[in-house]
Amino acid sequence: MHGRPRKPLKEEDESVLSAKAEKLHSLQSQFLANHQNRIYTKEALDLSAKLLEINPECYTAWNYRKLAVQHNLSESNSDSDASLFDQELKVVENALKKNFKSYGAWHHRKWVLSKGHSSIDNELRLLNDFQKADARNFHAWNYRRFVTALMKISDEDELKYTEKVIGVNFSNYSAWHNRSVLLSTLFKRKAEGFSHKEKVLQEEYKYVHSAIFTDSDDQSGWFYHLWLIDQTVKNDAPLLVSSWPSHGANITLNGNNSLHGSGLSLLNSTLSDTKTLPVILCFNQAVEGVNSSTVVVKSELLKEDLVWKPLSTNNSSTAQVWVVYLNMGNMKLQLSKTYSIEINIGHSMGILSSNGYHYGAPSQITFEVCVQTAYTEPVDGQRGKLTSWKDNDFRKIDHFEESNPAVSADHHIPTTSNWCMEAIDEEITNFQDLSDCKIRKLTLARLLIALDLLSPQHDKRKNHTEEVLKLYTELMKLDPTHSLYYKDEHSLLLLQQITSSRESLIPYCHYYKDASETNTSYVCLRLQNLSLSRMGSFENLLWVQMLDLSHNELRSIEAVTIAFKKLEKGLTVNFLTGLEAMQLLSCLNLSHNKFGSFTALGPLRLLKSLKVLNISCNELGSHSIDTRRYLCSSPLAHSEVFAWDRFEILCGSYSATKFWEAFLIFESLNLTDLNIAGNAVADENFASFIVKVLPTLKLLNDEEL
Amino acid sequence: MGDLVAEKHVQYILSVQKKKDSFESVVMEHLRMNGAYWGLTTLHLLGKLDTVDVHEVVSWIMSCQHDEGGFGGNVGHDPHILYTLSAVQVLALFNKLDVIDADKVTNYIVGLQNEDGSFSGDIWGEVDTRFSYIAICCLSLLHRLDRINVDKAVKYIISCQNMDGGFGCTPGGESHAGQIFCCVGALAIAGSLDLVDKDLLGWWLCERQVKSGGLNGRPEKLPDVCYSWWVLSSLIMIDRVHWISKEKLIKFILDCQVI
Repeated sequence: MHGRPRKPLKEEDESVLSAKAEKLHSLQSQFLANHQNRIYTKEALDLSAKLLEINPECYTAWNYRKLAVQHNLSESNSDSDASLFDQELKVVENALKKNFKSYGAWHHRKWVLSKGHSSIDNELRLLNDFQKADARNFHAWNYRRFVTALMKISDEDELKYTEKVIGVNFSNYSAWHNRSVLLSTLFKRKAEGFSHKEKVLQEEYKYVHSAIFTDSDDQSGWFYHLWLIDQTVKNDAPLLVSSWPSHGANITLNGNNSLHGSGLSLLNSTLSDTKTLPVILCFNQAVEGVNSSTVVVKSELLKEDLVWKPLSTNNSSTAQVWVVYLNMGNMKLQLSKTYSIEINIGHSMGILSSNGYHYGAPSQITFEVCVQTAYTEPVDGQRGKLTSWKDNDFRKIDHFEESNPAVSADHHIPTTSNWCMEAIDEEITNFQDLSDCKIRKLTLARLLIALDLLSPQHDKRKNHTEEVLKLYTELMKLDPTHSLYYKDEHSLLLLQQITSSRESLIPYCHYYKDASETNTSYVCLRLQNLSLSRMGSFENLLWVQMLDLSHNELRSIEAVTIAFKKLEKGLTVNFLTGLEAMQLLSCLNLSHNKFGSFTALGPLRLLKSLKVLNISCNELGSHSIDTRRYLCSSPLAHSEVFAWDRFEILCGSYSATKFWEAFLIFESLNLTDLNIAGNAVADENFASFIVKVLPTLKLLNDEEL
Repeated sequence: MGDLVAEKHVQYILSVQKKKDSFESVVMEHLRMNGAYWGLTTLHLLGKLDTVDVHEVVSWIMSCQHDEGGFGGNVGHDPHILYTLSAVQVLALFNKLDVIDADKVTNYIVGLQNEDGSFSGDIWGEVDTRFSYIAICCLSLLHRLDRINVDKAVKYIISCQNMDGGFGCTPGGESHAGQIFCCVGALAIAGSLDLVDKDLLGWWLCERQVKSGGLNGRPEKLPDVCYSWWVLSSLIMIDRVHWISKEKLIKFILDCQVI
């Protein structure tokens, strides 16, 4: 049991305990003998009852009693049946008196009840007694759910019961939890009185305030309040959040051979083997059913049906980001002619969220494609050109032509009901008083974020980002134990702020070397030295081909997506997408961060266009524990087929345990330039191994091979 | 704050193994198989696994196996999934998995999976997500994970996910650090951690660290050193361990040492 100090035994206590031990030992031996020999006499049964009274944890004794009941039920006298079961219930009660958390005892009671022997009043009386003894006894709560289901007590009545319990003591997390379960069920089946979710939630807000404001240090009410906010804000229907190309874009294809001409110079085979133009759709949650019937692409260029692929890091059939590759190489494109491509999403049913909601509002994206220069084959044996990340190789961009679509930050965020915004607004006024209560500040931050999320795109006057960033900074000081949590949240919000519009992005966009306004394939998004501990907002970065995230504090490039959930209860749906959405990315700088394992680079595997990668000066190979191990799709997580044969050949005599993760990440990439210097793992052996894994590599650690 | 007095812990474990007639030992006789796992794993972590007699341990373990393939908590006790995992884990620790018939053990566990994907603890039908973890972990150790319906098992576990991102014993059950470890562990082995709301759960878990630096198992409860395992390993599996203070936790754990 928890919280009991250990005291040294006194001599008298020792001898008493010794006698107890002997007595129990003899009981248990006798019992085991009875059990072994299937003896179910009254004496034997009494012995087992005595045993269970002293030691209710002896699970075999509960099994034995069930066997005895089955054996003694051979007489079909219903009276004696009833008394048999009564006896069992009594044994359970006695055992529970000794230890009201005994799994065996509670299950035995369920077993008796499931035989049809029951009395609602009796069970509820028992539960009320236990509730008084310990309001947080989860065994009792589980049993209560079992009994109410068995006896068909209504959810509405149980809801009233939670009010009764909370009335006695606000600090009853178990009761609040049960309330969330009951309400979810009632909402889901649109029970009478619960079909207007808004009205119910309004009442719940009022109700929980009494708990929160009475004792603000107690967490129970706060967690429930968070759930209410989520219920208020969440949007069930899947919708398109962003795309590349975006609506109204003009894509120019240049046939030149530049190493960095990815995305826009598509007839270049160093981009990918299949000479393709990606079309990326980014939804607000994971969906399935994106195919050529639900997403119709019209253009004179296309002759065949397109195959949309979900971008999932673990081979799932649902994903937040879907991509299709238009096979430009096969089309006979005339030079300087503009072709139009129209994409119609959701005009026919089929796109489904994991909760079973259909795609919200049908939408359309139209963009234009034009070929500037013809494609030329690369010269054999061409030397690799070194990508420089130095400051003086970049030039700030002063402005972008309005018609230039390269920087696209459009969102198709749906309009929301007024009530949602009013409710959140109302809650905010309740929490404005910022006494130095950590959870009150945190809730306020979440409310402000929710409000901004709900505000229509055009009405962004009330943007609270600065205020929330300040709150997180204050929280880091107020609650240093959890400071890295607040720092992560701060980073996410900062990125959201930077990437939210063209205006906010431009200070971070730079031309690389001799790039110019008309040739946007050399735009680099430079986000160094921002103390970023977490990445996000990838849905705003679909257009990026060159990204510098060096000199931050990143430990991974994961963003959070909830992939697939068939639930009756709702959970927060985050608007976050992973790095795998950046299908145009060809140059990435992650140096001087805190990447501790190759598994942390998992999302890179889906970047077909990635050519240049700098992960120098990180912590690869420095940690004995890999916290990304089970988050990266791999054989260890039973979700990946591993090319063992190829690995063994390449690994040779080197330590397989050191290299298999690197192999997992790199073997599907076609890098031409890799920098791994300044990592504990990067010794000579590793270097020669990685060169074998990457046959397309021309530069390693800034040196030609 | 002192250091970990490893040698004393080794002596304690060895003494507990030998002293079979103390009251504590007798009252926990039925779960000795679990105790063996915890004790021997600790010895292994401290580099002292060679202080026990392998053969003695292995023959005792085998004497707890039943015809159905499952293992009991001690000699004469009924088979249960709990002790089956501990038995397999201890054998794996000693690299002695070859002494068992893996298919026999597998069949026992496969037989315990229910229609809805959940697992019963034994033939008497108690269902709990702990048993889901046990089944998945055990079969993974035996390289036979494909013998159960993993998709359904995962689906059942997810049905136990709560409003706070945590998991309970059964659908609707309150989130508890021990259950969370089992569910997150099972999903990790099954490659399905993308189904966990890592930010929401991570925050709930990091809030288990209280002022003393220790971790509790649920909100408004007292910290206990056992949660250092359940909560910490859960945080590590979902890569949110940096959200708690390492130094404060270490201090709390060392303060719990009885020297």
